[in-house]
Amino acid sequence: MAESKEIKAKDKKEIATPGEQIKPGPIFAPEVDIFENEHEIVMLADLPGVKTSDLNIDLRDDTLTIMGDVNAAKPQNEDDIVVEYEVGHYLRQFTLSEVIDQSRIEAKLEDGVLRLTLPKVEKATPRKITVNA
Amino acid sequence: MMIRRMFDFPDVSLRRQMEDFDRLRRQLDVLNGRFMGSGDLQRTGVFPLINLSENKDAYFVRAELPGVKANELDIQATGNSMSISGERHIPEENGSAKYHRREREAGKFSRMISLSNEIDPEHVEAKMENGILTITLPKAEKAKPRQVTVK
Repeated sequence: MAESKEIKAKDKKEIATPGEQIKPGPIFAPEVDIFENEHEIVMLADLPGVKTSDLNIDLRDDTLTIMGDVNAAKPQNEDDIVVEYEVGHYLRQFTLSEVIDQSRIEAKLEDGVLRLTLPKVEKATPRKITVNA
Repeated sequence: MMIRRMFDFPDVSLRRQMEDFDRLRRQLDVLNGRFMGSGDLQRTGVFPLINLSENKDAYFVRAELPGVKANELDIQATGNSMSISGERHIPEENGSAKYHRREREAGKFSRMISLSNEIDPEHVEAKMENGILTITLPKAEKAKPRQVTVK
C-alpha cells in the first residue's frame, strides 16, 4: 500500500430498533466490510468493547443478525470531563442471498474486530453423463 | 475543553469553582441537547474520539481503536499533556475477493490532549482491551485535592 491517509473521526451511527429494548443505552450500527470469493462470504465488523461472551450471531433463514453488548467500562467514581463518543450496544442485520453452509460458519473476535466467515454451499459438481450408443 | 481553557485562571481555587460551574453548564447543555450545535457530544473531529474522565487520583482517557494492536500505538505524556498516535492497518484480502461493502477505515492518526492539571508522566499506564484503549494518567502530587481537617 502506498502513503496511507489519515483517519477521519466519525460519529457512531445510532439505529432505532423495531421493538423496545430491555437493556438501557443507545444501539449503534457497527461499521462492516463484506466481501466474497467463490467459496465464502466474509464479514468484518468493528465492535470495540464487545467480549466474546457478549457477542451473539444468529442466522435464521436468510437473515443474519450480529448483536454485541457493551458493558460500560467506566467505574462509577469517575467524573466526565470530555465525552466525544457514546458507549452502547451494537446491532446489525443483513439479508443473505446465497445459501450458507451453517455447519461451517466461523466467527473470530480479536481486538474488537469480528471476522465472520460464511461458507457457501458447494454446488453439486457437474457430472458428465456419457450417453451410450 | 475549549471553554475550560478560556477560563484558565491562574488562581487555583477560582479555577476549581469554574470547573464546577463548567460541569453544571455542560449538564444543562446536555439536557437542552444543544451542545456545540447538535446532539449532546463534544466534537473535535480528530480521530480517535476520546472520553476523558477523572477521579481524585488520576485522569482516564479512553478511545475506541478496534483492530489496532498495542505495538502500533505510540503514547507520549509530558507534564500536562499527552499524545496518541499510530496507524490502523486493514490487511488486504487475496485478489479474488469481491467487495460489497467497505466501511472500515485504515490510516494514520495522531491526537494531542491537554489536561488542566499536572500529571505524573512516569506512571502513566496504557491498556488495550477488546479494541478499547484506556490510559491512566496519575495526577501529580501537588495537583491532587487535599482534605483539610478543621480544628
